[in-house]
Amino acid sequence: MKPDLSVMIAGIRMKNPVMTASGTFGYGPEYADLVDLNQLGAIVVKGICLAPTKGNLTPRTAETASGLLNAIGLPGPGVDGFVREYLPFLRQYDVPVFVNIWGKTVEEYAEVAARFDAVSGIDGLEVNVSCPNIKEGSALFGTDIRMFERVVRAIRAATKLPVIPKLAPNVSDIAEFACCAEACGADAISLINSFPGMAVDIETRGFKLANKTGGLTGPAIKPIALRLVWLAAKAVKIPVIGMGGITTAEDALEFLMVGARAVAVGTASFTNPDTALNVVRGIEAFLAKEGLASVSDWVGALRE
Amino acid sequence: MQLERATVLEHIPIHGGYNLLRMRAPGVAPRVRPGQFIHVKIPHLEECVLRRPFSVFRADGDALAILYKDVGKGTRTLQYLKAGETLSILGPLGHGFPDPNPAAYPIIVAGGYGMAALYLTARTAPVKGIAFFGGRAAKDILCVSDFEALGWTVRVTTEDGSLGRKGIVTDALDEWWLNESAGRAPELFACGPGGMLKAVAHRAIERGWTAWTSMDNSMGCGVGACLTCVLKVREGEGWTWARACREGPVFDARAVLWEEIE
Repeated sequence: MKPDLSVMIAGIRMKNPVMTASGTFGYGPEYADLVDLNQLGAIVVKGICLAPTKGNLTPRTAETASGLLNAIGLPGPGVDGFVREYLPFLRQYDVPVFVNIWGKTVEEYAEVAARFDAVSGIDGLEVNVSCPNIKEGSALFGTDIRMFERVVRAIRAATKLPVIPKLAPNVSDIAEFACCAEACGADAISLINSFPGMAVDIETRGFKLANKTGGLTGPAIKPIALRLVWLAAKAVKIPVIGMGGITTAEDALEFLMVGARAVAVGTASFTNPDTALNVVRGIEAFLAKEGLASVSDWVGALRE
Repeated sequence: MQLERATVLEHIPIHGGYNLLRMRAPGVAPRVRPGQFIHVKIPHLEECVLRRPFSVFRADGDALAILYKDVGKGTRTLQYLKAGETLSILGPLGHGFPDPNPAAYPIIVAGGYGMAALYLTARTAPVKGIAFFGGRAAKDILCVSDFEALGWTVRVTTEDGSLGRKGIVTDALDEWWLNESAGRAPELFACGPGGMLKAVAHRAIERGWTAWTSMDNSMGCGVGACLTCVLKVREGEGWTWARACREGPVFDARAVLWEEIE
């Protein structure tokens, strides 16, 4: 018998627990020739704010050992541009669409949320409070608990859509942020965003990124991400979406085992566009081998 | 575009540290248009999360070939790949060179292994024109005979004078323009370092020529998602980002903001 891979996240039923991480899968069309989008658990599109943005100057990425530093700076089409240019495309598929949103002020976050509330065809909002590459505000929303609470409450009040704050990794107590999100009415949380980092060049004596610092992703961050997901999942009852360096089905199974109810594949999609689908197949094969009827039987299976 | 596991047919050093890697890729090879590229996952280099982009040098039936030299960790490791081994490739990617305008006189300008991106254009061009190859030294000049075999005239310049004319490739282009163009309207196809492309573009814009430039930007995903490889292109009175991997790598020289290119 085929194991049941479906999960409920923030009231949304997903065929399987494997999503794409925001910023690593564009807005959908980029990978549509290579990946059957209908087979994904959900698509999380790249961060959107109110108006179109251009992002940072180049160089925007630097490869590091088993990782990737990026400081793209959230270029995007804005709410209207996304709804006009990308949403009709995404709606052709039978896959939940989560929009990652960000703003420069609490009011802007709330306005973006309210604007999407009025649009049909969106299944939920992931809230980027933790992009390390935006000078104005955004990073603080992820690391200052009072700011975090204000922004999550404001978004909660502005929309009926499921709200999923995406936590920043560089805080001293991740459980505090997870619990705060839950108390503010978040429907789920996702973690972890990229880790602040930097790379320099001894030949040019300069920075490798135009933004000087960036966010580290990829297999290099997996053990750190796994610990944070474990801590957060123990602290809250709402679903946790785990991510950070997931490249294989085994990686995904580890995140699910420590308590995540879904996972997201990020940087690994750059390496192999079909990573997310391979992870789905690998999870299915593993559950079958273990004789488990559903993926929820595996969530939290860690022997503590 | 598609993901394919290609099999190495031949992997041989040419000269000057350059290698030719020919592979069987029946899914990708027949679909390659001139100036497109493939994105290669370097085998035995698990710690590198990004693929590496290579212009397709030749595509013949089920086989395609790339030309490269050791410029970093990826290409250094690639050198050890043996015939019979397999590698994951993604392609063909990007917008390549347009079909040459049959009413124009085609000119190829290539810096170093930039000629690899131009061979298919030379082969398909209805009019055989002139190709200017430039490099630091004789070892950087590749495949002259391949282009000559297609019926093209090849002019070589090297910075140290070890082969052909001493100087830079645009000197030879200027000389042709002054002495030999005989009123023909040229159409330029160029690939090479940013500085060379900029010099070619300036001449083209100044003289009202059409010029197509293949940009060698550092790349991430190769399919337009990560927004690593962007460059500034004109849009109305201002500019916008274009992705070298999707909208490019070939751009109309008039579209690029050359003042931003080093």
